[in-house]
Amino acid sequence: MTRSTSRRRAVATSAAVGLLATTLATLLAACAGGEEAGETGTTGSPQAQAGGAVTLVTHDSFAVSDGVLEAFEEASGYTVEQVAPGDAGTLVNQLVLTKDSPLGDVVYGVDNTFASRAIEAGVFEPYQPEDLDPSVAQYATGEYDVDGALTPIDVGDVCMNVDTGWFAESGVPEPTTLEDLTKPEYADLTVVTNPATSSPGLAFLLATIGAFGEDGWQAYWEQLRDNGLKVVDSWEDAYYVDFSGAGEGGQRPIALSYSTSPAFTVTEDGSESTTAALLDTCFRQVEYAGVLAGADNPEGAKALVDFLASPEFQGDIPGQMYMYPADETVEIPAEWQQFAPLATDPFEVPPADVAEHRDEWIEQWTATVIG
Amino acid sequence: MTSPPVAARSWRAPGGASAGSLGRGLGWGLAASVPLVFLGVFFAWPVVSLVFQGFFADDGAGGRVLDLSGFAEVLSQQRTWRVIGQTLAQATVGTALAVLLGLPGAYVLYRCRFPGRTLVRGLVTVPFVLPTVVVGVAFRALFVPGGLLGWAGLEETFVAVVLALVFFNYAVVVRTVGGLWERLDPRAEQAARALGATPWRAFRTVTLPALGPAIASAAAVVFLFCATAFGVVLVLGGLRYGTIETEIWIRTTQFLDLRAAAVLSVLQLVVVTGALLASARARTRRERALHLTSERTSAHPLRVSFASDAVPVGVTLVVVLGLLVLPVAGLVARSFRGPDGAWSLHNYVALGTTGGRNALSVTVWEATANSLRTAAVATVLAVVVGGLVALVASRRPRSPGARRGVGVLDGLFMLPLGVSAVTVGFGFLITLDRPLGLDVDLRTSGLLVPIAQAVVAIPLVVRTMLPVLRAIDPRLREAAAVLGAAPGRVLRTVDGPIGLRSLGLAVGFAFAVSLGEFGATSFLARPDAATLPVVIFRLIGRPGAENYGMALAASVVLAALTATVMMVAERLRGDRPGGEF
Repeated sequence: MTRSTSRRRAVATSAAVGLLATTLATLLAACAGGEEAGETGTTGSPQAQAGGAVTLVTHDSFAVSDGVLEAFEEASGYTVEQVAPGDAGTLVNQLVLTKDSPLGDVVYGVDNTFASRAIEAGVFEPYQPEDLDPSVAQYATGEYDVDGALTPIDVGDVCMNVDTGWFAESGVPEPTTLEDLTKPEYADLTVVTNPATSSPGLAFLLATIGAFGEDGWQAYWEQLRDNGLKVVDSWEDAYYVDFSGAGEGGQRPIALSYSTSPAFTVTEDGSESTTAALLDTCFRQVEYAGVLAGADNPEGAKALVDFLASPEFQGDIPGQMYMYPADETVEIPAEWQQFAPLATDPFEVPPADVAEHRDEWIEQWTATVIG
Repeated sequence: MTSPPVAARSWRAPGGASAGSLGRGLGWGLAASVPLVFLGVFFAWPVVSLVFQGFFADDGAGGRVLDLSGFAEVLSQQRTWRVIGQTLAQATVGTALAVLLGLPGAYVLYRCRFPGRTLVRGLVTVPFVLPTVVVGVAFRALFVPGGLLGWAGLEETFVAVVLALVFFNYAVVVRTVGGLWERLDPRAEQAARALGATPWRAFRTVTLPALGPAIASAAAVVFLFCATAFGVVLVLGGLRYGTIETEIWIRTTQFLDLRAAAVLSVLQLVVVTGALLASARARTRRERALHLTSERTSAHPLRVSFASDAVPVGVTLVVVLGLLVLPVAGLVARSFRGPDGAWSLHNYVALGTTGGRNALSVTVWEATANSLRTAAVATVLAVVVGGLVALVASRRPRSPGARRGVGVLDGLFMLPLGVSAVTVGFGFLITLDRPLGLDVDLRTSGLLVPIAQAVVAIPLVVRTMLPVLRAIDPRLREAAAVLGAAPGRVLRTVDGPIGLRSLGLAVGFAFAVSLGEFGATSFLARPDAATLPVVIFRLIGRPGAENYGMALAASVVLAALTATVMMVAERLRGDRPGGEF
């Protein structure tokens, strides 16, 4: 082996390395091209750049009808880009972690169980649209105080659901209250999700804290546990594997879900639902939008928050995200009154208390129920 | 890494090689640096940044101070030790079982010829990419009271978790070991048999040692997968069977307790590094040049009348039918039932829509196209980077330092399988906003998705190609060099043809992993460019028979795509005559 061959080899290798680097760069660029091509399809023409791009950070359930966001883009001159880095709980932690270099300009989907943590961490630039309807403002003040940092967009209830057919067949009356679930006739019938891993699970834990107080809920859960309660990791697990009302072979007729879930089990003729929500077992979730501190486009962010609170977007919420618009003056589909009414008097825990005690409550819950 | 016997005994080219080896070292150093930079930017930097954030507490005055008290706190909790024990037990038992059951599978699928073999090879890889959320639900539906296996009482047990881990990882063992086995010259074993050894003895004393490196390779990968399994552990075992991975996930995403998460991440790294070192030791002890041959001469028609074939066939049948087909069959059957419970294609027709009550922002077919596109880019990245790593790591430099370097390089690229996807995903978020002076926020641009997938696929590419490249007798290269071939030509004519044969497998693996990757991808998802696993996750997260049916149909599509890719990859392999040794 001579010197010249080894030098040649070194040269050949470094050429190969260079080639590789170029290939990588080209590939990435090609991929970027693909992504952008996909984007322009949904976010309008590049001419609409007057106000620049607004990046909306949401959770993975965000949905909107075709044409609604486009109408906003056309009217305002902004283009909206969406990113969805995780579910509602994860989202807030991601916002806290990235507050020095925010993921976007606006966030939508922070709920009242996580809002305080984000507010305390200084994630938001305080902003609310002017003249909020009182029905909207009630979720930003008092018990739900958000320091003017956030704007309520939609609400929904986490409630126990029952399989009405199962109860009709067995002759046992349907339960109605939280206390009922601890009675012997409902032994081994209930499935809930783990508050440490699932957001409805956390909401239900808060419902029981709202109902029995900060010192009484542990005893309630002990009774539930002793009455054959089943706890699973996620909502889909509880609903599709264990809940008999989902029609997938589950064995338990009482499951934790949402007040709107019965609208998904309406019979073919549309006359009735095979499941029902127990409206005296609910915790209200409020989802907020807010301007992120350090946003690249704060003006665009404010315009987008205004839009999310506007009747145009509010009216689109029921059909798309299956939540109630926060603005009660907006019309609701008629079938909702029949199959998916909101609870009249849900249990409440002030967001500040949730922020302060959440981790400790979850740990206590784990010790009590899982052991 | 210690010197393998063959290298130590290897014949040296005459003439002083000091200047030559310097140049050569430089060349290989450069070849190693591309993968290192890639791994550094897209894996090490994000992970280290996040872990550091956990160790540097806010001092209240805008600065940060080192705070290692988390160690004492986390390590003094009894739960931590339970979690570590659980992780080790679960990963060890899962790995042992996967290897034990996978060996007969590798024999039957790669050493025997029978009609439909390619199809079966494709099908066994399906579980590997199925979304854990779907598999978790499918498995649990079997185990709950009233389910098909409800009588066994396995719900929320260690056994259920281990079975699911084997379900996911069986293909890793079958393919990694099978890939080498089918190239193994059968004459050594035939000679042993001719000299009177029983089939078992011939296997134990001749074949098994030769397969050692591939088995160690597969075991290492499976161990890492088992140690970091997340979704399936939570779904099937619940928090009672929490592992280091599930703890990191909860600490990070739910409590934002980065201090504890950082300590747990370090613990995870210790466990993973230990496993990798053990595997490297097992590998090097056994590693030596093998006599490789073309698959055509090594495989024989299946003869079930011989015990030596009947036993592995029996085991493989039981595993494939009982463990792989049973859970998937329920899922497939359900996907063909309409909302009224009757057989129909309803769910598949619905894949052209955005789901019941608009559960999605793109149709499932659009998501499929997104998935294919990102997976293709990820595969190219993974094969290029992983191929370079495998090539460099297959060398056996003479200097002990360089040899150690090669060993370290090999191990480093396994780490992405052993580090929590949450740590990587959150690490991306804090580091990749306009990184390295680029004017693009990589976190939200969508560019990062194929890169994140490639990072996870690279270890599999390396582990698939390396055993084959390492088995090349160095004397072949030296002979070629002596006969006047330039180093580039040696690479092209000696390493090339043999390496290419494992390339098909590597491409298939990389593509499958990229298609199925959900962990890190889910932190980077863009609703307008969602991938198939993300869409499936969203569908199954909504109530309604229609969404559930669609989620299952979409999973079947994902599975079918994977099986097809794997089967095509099998065919791509360079089984050309003339390239045989």
